[in-house]
Amino acid sequence: MSNAKLAKDFEKIVGAGGVMHEEADLHAYSYDSAVLDPQVPALVVKPSNTEQLGPITKLCNEHGLPMTVRGAGTNLSGGTIPHPGGVVVLTNGLNKILEINEQDLYAVVEPGVVTAQFAAAVAKTGLFYPPDPGSQAVSTIGGNVAENAGGLRGLKYGVTKDYVMGIDFYDVEGDLIKSGSRTVKCVTGYNLAGLMVASEGTLGVFSNIILKLVPPPKASKAMMAVFPDVHKASETVASIIANHIVPCTLEFLDNSTIRYVDDFTKAGLPRDAGAILLIEVDGHQAEVIEDAERVVNICKKCGANEVKMAETAEEREALWTARRNALPALARAKPTTVLEDATVPRSQIPAMMEGLDRIAKKYKLDIGTFGHAGDGNLHPTILCDNRNKEEFHRVEEAVNEIFEVALSLKGTLSGEHGIGMAKSKWMEKETSRATLDYSLKMKRAIDPKGILNPGKIIGE
Amino acid sequence: MNDLKQLAQNLMDLDDQMVACMKCGMCQAVCPVFAETMQEADVTRGKIALLEKLAHEMVKDPDQVNEKLNRCLLCGSCAANCPSGVKIMDIFMKARVIVTTYKGLSQTKKMIFKGLLTRPKLFNLLTEVSAKFQSPFTKIADQASGAASCAMLNPLIGERTFMPLAKRPFRKDYPKMDTPRGTSGLKVAFYPGCVVDKMFPQVGHAAIKVLEHHGVGIFLPKGQACCGIPTLASGDADTFIDLMKQNVKAFDDGNFDYLVTPCATCTATIHETWIKMIDSEDPVFREKVKAIADKTMDINAFLVDIVGVKTPSESTAGGKVVTYHDPCHLSKSLGVKAQPRALLKGNDAYEFKEMNEADRCCGCGGSFNLFHYDLSKSIGERKAGNVRDAGAQVAATGCPACMMQLSDMLAQTGGGVEVKHVLEIYADSLK
Repeated sequence: MSNAKLAKDFEKIVGAGGVMHEEADLHAYSYDSAVLDPQVPALVVKPSNTEQLGPITKLCNEHGLPMTVRGAGTNLSGGTIPHPGGVVVLTNGLNKILEINEQDLYAVVEPGVVTAQFAAAVAKTGLFYPPDPGSQAVSTIGGNVAENAGGLRGLKYGVTKDYVMGIDFYDVEGDLIKSGSRTVKCVTGYNLAGLMVASEGTLGVFSNIILKLVPPPKASKAMMAVFPDVHKASETVASIIANHIVPCTLEFLDNSTIRYVDDFTKAGLPRDAGAILLIEVDGHQAEVIEDAERVVNICKKCGANEVKMAETAEEREALWTARRNALPALARAKPTTVLEDATVPRSQIPAMMEGLDRIAKKYKLDIGTFGHAGDGNLHPTILCDNRNKEEFHRVEEAVNEIFEVALSLKGTLSGEHGIGMAKSKWMEKETSRATLDYSLKMKRAIDPKGILNPGKIIGE
Repeated sequence: MNDLKQLAQNLMDLDDQMVACMKCGMCQAVCPVFAETMQEADVTRGKIALLEKLAHEMVKDPDQVNEKLNRCLLCGSCAANCPSGVKIMDIFMKARVIVTTYKGLSQTKKMIFKGLLTRPKLFNLLTEVSAKFQSPFTKIADQASGAASCAMLNPLIGERTFMPLAKRPFRKDYPKMDTPRGTSGLKVAFYPGCVVDKMFPQVGHAAIKVLEHHGVGIFLPKGQACCGIPTLASGDADTFIDLMKQNVKAFDDGNFDYLVTPCATCTATIHETWIKMIDSEDPVFREKVKAIADKTMDINAFLVDIVGVKTPSESTAGGKVVTYHDPCHLSKSLGVKAQPRALLKGNDAYEFKEMNEADRCCGCGGSFNLFHYDLSKSIGERKAGNVRDAGAQVAATGCPACMMQLSDMLAQTGGGVEVKHVLEIYADSLK
């Protein structure tokens, strides 16, 4: 069927303004934030209410049209790059916060609500939605759920999946499937909401999402510790946890990142330091003061050269400047920024860092590593220029080897960015053939024509 | 087809700058146009992707890309918040020049730019004549902001209100000036800009009053032309250079420490944009442009940072409530934020109140307002709402283009709020 005829059919569902099929618009939805080749869709459909999602999905299924649901398009693994000739379904018009329930501590939102805007609306009621992925200023809740996005607060507060109480979603027939509830406990049937989390748009199309809210911490304290080498920083991380302190953030910058950040901000960072840890504890005032002191002592005992504690809000901001500028500083250094998120058990951070050093030397690449030390989720960031074919080939080899090392340390391919297209070929290596077959069988039963974001996670 | 190849090749000149965009999409958080349309091609990431695809001949229709490229206020919000520090404004300006060179300038723009702007005398005469004849056809729609509407023009400009041309342009009263350094020991070249001259002459008068009060010598030469930004934004680099040459000539023999303007857009254009477009000009001219660019600064910043005007840190309670709108060209391009606020606090007849989203673009965007009025209007209404929510009786700002937009938006949303330049309020506080 021609695009024009198809566009008319979709227009019947979403209205004339809701379908885009001009060249420029199609190309504008051919990519996301991953360093992968763009793919041009045949149509872009923008529903204005969630009820339209059912008929859209049904129509795609009837015509066997691959459909890719897109929020802010900030995916780092190609999960929102469409199938060539497929349909992109935009959720950014579905951005209503339907309910924030202060008594029962939950919220109901449409998938296109922007994460930071939602967190701000929740904060206004005196409650707290903790997941804070790096893209939260633009990312959508639907995308966060589909990718199981993480963030800086993962160690203490968990990630997106820990806040999903229920999801209403459409199946390929366009029928609304209900899962989960507004209650803390719910064992009604399969945990389909859990299945939807991190499904990357391959199993259903989200309509409404029920999210858990928590009371915010009353106080917090931030500090920065400077270490001569990665080992000592890593021992400190292990020791903090072993002392039963769970900081809300425990962030790490390696020497290379420190230098790039210092070049960029001229903040006078310790350029010779092996690593910096940024640590923030939160909770009740008394508990925070006690924990902060204990953390300082642990840092010193483990060999920190220097520990700075923020006494005022301004000092706290100043400490965080280094971490906030990590990605901007690395991104400015070279044209192409390949941001990975291989994750290892936190005790394996030194081994992972050694591996990264070796890989950088072997492939003659600049790699700056920062990330969430508390949960072992590192972001080795390869700085390159993808127009240089020879160099980019080395980058691809290096990425493969990063995965090898992470898996050999009993880690995982992706802590928070998703598998998408970028890492699907590695799935079997981390799991097993049987795991992949099981997933494929499930996918085929749910989506026999393979229209829901085909090619992502488990291949086609 | 060959032409298209040429277009692609020319755009490849921008490849080194465009490749720095890592497609993170963070521009979606701050783009005023995207906030209205939520379409990827309206946000910077989408525009850069399309330009790249046109350069690599993956997109075949330059008209569509051009249309998207022009749906941009050039407010610089994206550039100010770009994690990779992409030189977005450079890319967009140069891309507009490249695409316009390929497509050619529209007849209307050709007439206005080449026929009018480059001939300041004719431009002045025409606007003066128009100013005399406009009153029978327009009526003041809102006494407070001074915005007017015109029933005759409705088919063309819709319901919009606009600032009528001043009966007596600023330059009529001050054709030229050259006064020596006073008590401050400083001398400035004064560049009022077209909009102050022709629509808000009171801002020019306020500037003269303030500069004289502080003992600053003034050099105001004849022969000043438009700063050129409307032409460059439309991709007309030739006229842009032409205007630059006229201005350089006008200021050439002045002996001054700074060039100041009360127009945020003119300041940013002269200080930042001029030097980016002169690569193929002769070295003598390049040096002259660079010298002027280095000396150019916003008049608020000049008064506070150079002259050293001191004002109370807290504004007086109980006066007329004034709020401040950050012009994009001051806050995002030049980082001028504190100085205008400080000057406002210098007038104890006013109580200063910060509005929400003070540094969000007002939606004017120069000719964006003409060609995308509906978008411009919805962005402006958000600004008007913020002004009203602050309980302001006066909306002050540092750019006459923002003043035009604020006047229109406040008039259309109920009127009753005055729009003033910061200098007018500060000048009133001086004896």
